Amino acid sequence: MTSASAPHLDFAGSPINQSMTPDQKVELFNQMVRVRRFEQAALKYYNAGKMGGFLHLYIGQESVAVGTLSLCGPNDHNITAYRCHAHALTVGMNMNECMAELFGKSTGCSKGKGGSMHFFAPDKNYWGGHGIVAGQTPLGLGLAYGLKYKGLEGCSLCYLGDGAVNQGAFHESLNIAALFELPVVYIIENNGYSMGTSQKRSSSFRGCLAQRAEGYDMEWDVINGSDIYEVRAKTHIAMERARKEHKPTLLEIDTYRYYGHSVADANAKKYRTPEEIENYKQNHDPITLFRKRLINEGLLTEESADAISKAAADEAAASVKFAEESPAPTIADISTDVYWETDHNTPAAQIGRHFFND
Amino acid sequence: MSRTLTFREAIREGLDEELARDPNVVIMGEEVAQYNGAYKVTEGLWAKWGDKRIVDTPISEAGFIGMGIGASMLGVRPVMELMFWSFHSVAFDQLVNNAACVRYMSGGLINVPIVMRGPANGGNNVGATHCHVPEALFASFPGLKVCVPATPADAKGLIKAAIRDNDPVYFMENVLLYGTTGEVPDPAEGDFVIPLGLADLKRQGSDISLIAHGRSVLHALAAAETLQAEHGISCDVLDLRSIRPLDQDAIIKSVMKTNRAVLIDESKGFGGVSAMVSHIIQENAFDYLDAPIKRVTTIDAPAIYSPHVENEQLPNPRRIVEKVLTIA
Repeated sequence: MTSASAPHLDFAGSPINQSMTPDQKVELFNQMVRVRRFEQAALKYYNAGKMGGFLHLYIGQESVAVGTLSLCGPNDHNITAYRCHAHALTVGMNMNECMAELFGKSTGCSKGKGGSMHFFAPDKNYWGGHGIVAGQTPLGLGLAYGLKYKGLEGCSLCYLGDGAVNQGAFHESLNIAALFELPVVYIIENNGYSMGTSQKRSSSFRGCLAQRAEGYDMEWDVINGSDIYEVRAKTHIAMERARKEHKPTLLEIDTYRYYGHSVADANAKKYRTPEEIENYKQNHDPITLFRKRLINEGLLTEESADAISKAAADEAAASVKFAEESPAPTIADISTDVYWETDHNTPAAQIGRHFFND
Repeated sequence: MSRTLTFREAIREGLDEELARDPNVVIMGEEVAQYNGAYKVTEGLWAKWGDKRIVDTPISEAGFIGMGIGASMLGVRPVMELMFWSFHSVAFDQLVNNAACVRYMSGGLINVPIVMRGPANGGNNVGATHCHVPEALFASFPGLKVCVPATPADAKGLIKAAIRDNDPVYFMENVLLYGTTGEVPDPAEGDFVIPLGLADLKRQGSDISLIAHGRSVLHALAAAETLQAEHGISCDVLDLRSIRPLDQDAIIKSVMKTNRAVLIDESKGFGGVSAMVSHIIQENAFDYLDAPIKRVTTIDAPAIYSPHVENEQLPNPRRIVEKVLTIA
């Protein structure tokens, strides 16, 4: 946690934070709490055997998605990897459609066809939810390309984990981003571990991971993820650089996850010490710190903060009920959403055999 | 009035017409712009359309193909050239996990209207790394469409259909066809588009069906001439043109007429396009067959370099004639 231990600067006074209304600040807290309560409910029912596959929890990292996405306007797009629930909820997807997707129900955001790693909401500029490490990094580049091609002033936020920085597709993307001057902000959510391998055992670097951007003549910065004001202040600078100058940036946000790589990570408590996890919870938790901050600013009380937390837990519980009561996809549903042309029954869909079943 | 064009000119004309029709069409790839294309398919397009529409990329197939997929999600329609389809291997995650699966995983919220095109063939002595013919490989992924034209007219008509299609279409050409010529309808006579999924009976016959795609169609036509002249065997030559969607009706109709089939396929024998076609024939026309279905495929080894024998590793007219004579 390099920057967490660095001299503390107060980013509350940054223009982008000062410009927030009290309600907007409380909403940041509310969003982070909603993400955490949603995932806590998901964990409970995952452990109860109600879901298949993997469940990659974001708990501990909430300030990253909530802080950065709070800066987005109508022409800003975003895309992430498989730890994608926080981004989904923050862009405005509701808990029901997200929980139902985890339960594999037809009311899920992807009709039960994507699962935990594959949430999407193109109508909210959210392009997933991608399962292959760094596989989304060229796609994030493409969103930026599309914005620039169409002459829109906006940027692409492309999230990746610290384990993704050693994939070739990511480096190809950095080169093209700088070469073509594309409005993309790559955000490394550095939780210190690529699955069970620590950053020191997986990456060779000088200073920090983001400094690799220098090799591509690209701007970079490191952010203390436990402070949502800092997340917003520094990310805003990068987003403005993208929107106004078509210049990419590589950001590294230091953060931490309390749970394993996924819930199925059997070694989650073996490759790091209980003291390390406890230290983060006690001293760096972004929700706890922001709660204290807003109480000090007079925008929250202990009671109103608890009420927000209770409402989020109730919303999550209701989403579980919705998911449990929702219908599963049918066998016929397996064969839809494969081709746009067949889904729309176009003239092209009438010609030739598209599916090869028994 | 049709004109005689080369295969590469026909593709270029199709690209040019689609660039004019839709401002969202962008051609991207290595050396496609200022160099005029490694195989000159895009020659002159950069001079005509400029930097925005014709884009040179670094040698970063995963990077630029993924970029094109991402851009297509926002409504850009990239037509991306792989200098060789063999280079698909360094972009496989983008070509399969992203292009083929994102529509499905999003429950139909997203579509990926890209075209990937470039040469995929053996026969020009460039060794195993440059000779992959991945049409069967990519046709095995639901979500993708694959076509393989054999003539200039088909190449033009199909590239235009591919660009207009709202799903990802992987378009496989052949270096050895680029210089071949054929009649192509004049643009003044109207928009010339050939839909995907429609095979073309290139020669009418009665004794046996030769079913092929790509350059193998030309070999089949040459073999059919020999078989007629020297053996009195009359061949149907069916050009699949499109691998997925596949014109199953045309395959069955031809076999029901001739009662015999030899499938010619530059794939290797294990799991090639012809393996699927063979299955379709036995399932739908079993009672019409008077002989086992036979195939002429590429000899099952990585592509040999040696110019002395590479043509014998590939399907060729002599091998087709020999195979036909075993059952007809």
